[in-house]
Amino acid sequence: MNNQDRIAQILKAVSQNPDLPGADESLFDGGYLDSFALPEVIAALEKEFGIKIPDSDLNPRKFETINKIVQYVGASS
Amino acid sequence: MAFIVGFGSYLPARVVANADLAAQLDCTPEWILEMSGIEERRYAAPEEDVVAMGVAAARNCLDGVECPAADIRLLIVSSASLPQRFPGPAAAIAAQLGLGETPAIDIPVASAGSLFGLALASQLAASSGPVLLVATEKMSQAVALQPDQRNTAILFGDGAGACLVREGAGSLRIADCELGSDGTFAPDLRLPLAGPLEMNGRSVIMQASRKMPRAILAVLERSGVPPAEVQAFLMHQANQNLMDRVAKAVGASTNRFYSNIRRYGNTSSASMLIAAAEWWSNAALHPGAPVCFAAFGAGFHWGAVLSIVE
Repeated sequence: MNNQDRIAQILKAVSQNPDLPGADESLFDGGYLDSFALPEVIAALEKEFGIKIPDSDLNPRKFETINKIVQYVGASS
Repeated sequence: MAFIVGFGSYLPARVVANADLAAQLDCTPEWILEMSGIEERRYAAPEEDVVAMGVAAARNCLDGVECPAADIRLLIVSSASLPQRFPGPAAAIAAQLGLGETPAIDIPVASAGSLFGLALASQLAASSGPVLLVATEKMSQAVALQPDQRNTAILFGDGAGACLVREGAGSLRIADCELGSDGTFAPDLRLPLAGPLEMNGRSVIMQASRKMPRAILAVLERSGVPPAEVQAFLMHQANQNLMDRVAKAVGASTNRFYSNIRRYGNTSSASMLIAAAEWWSNAALHPGAPVCFAAFGAGFHWGAVLSIVE
């Protein structure tokens, strides 16, 4: 399973919605995630990929789309 | 060793229900409740300013603990919803309380100002004598009741809280404090001089969800207190969803987190002391039980204060 698939699994589990938006579409604008789901996504990413996401990186824009998350995780792993 | 002697509060009489805001904000009362956990909040009357509310909360506190105002040696006032650049309300509140030339300090820190004030009071009480801490906010002036501002306009209310801190004896012994500040995301929550309040909710929630539990766990761990043994968590009442998230993160039951946000909304720095005053007047205090305060707000500033019931 590649990183994008692992991230998709996390997003589906947190949102409890199997219908992911497109990889470059906002996870928030269409209501797939709400503000309170994002901390859960961050915690799940840290656990799944064994990374530590520092507070200084907790900029919502870095986690706005699936592709941005893939990019961030790829750079952090 | 510093102690909290008691608390006081003041809430304006005017109740503003979600239904009163929904039409102006082009939303439904149910949406407001779902987004915030708030059913109603209080709005101060036009002539009722942060000074008047602060004085009322201070008197409520001093009357409750039977402390004459003349005994106060330092006044600390937290307020971030000021009608003017300066002076802050501390000196005016001191004057109306009849404190004479007692020093009065302003802390213009939204949301976390009362927590920072409590931590300062716990340090200063030994050298100054009894410290009266007041937090007073007129947040209804900081928001715009229009549809494009609904995400923030639904949240806020007005009110004031107070507590008395002194050396020697009291209801709650202040055992430890953990404070933090980080200006990296300062623009994400601010009230410009011309208003209205601007908030990047996602950024605030992300940072608060991490920093508050971390501060709470720091003071608990240093004192060897398991989260499940804390009698009450008295937090800044920002959002019910956020409080539930903090409870989950520290591993404590949500019913230990005192909440009145459903009735008063977010009263910024006043909210923690208003919540404490309600809790204190109704709770059965168990000697030796830990009680933990926590807040997070604009700046960002955040922290936790651990106290122990005497």
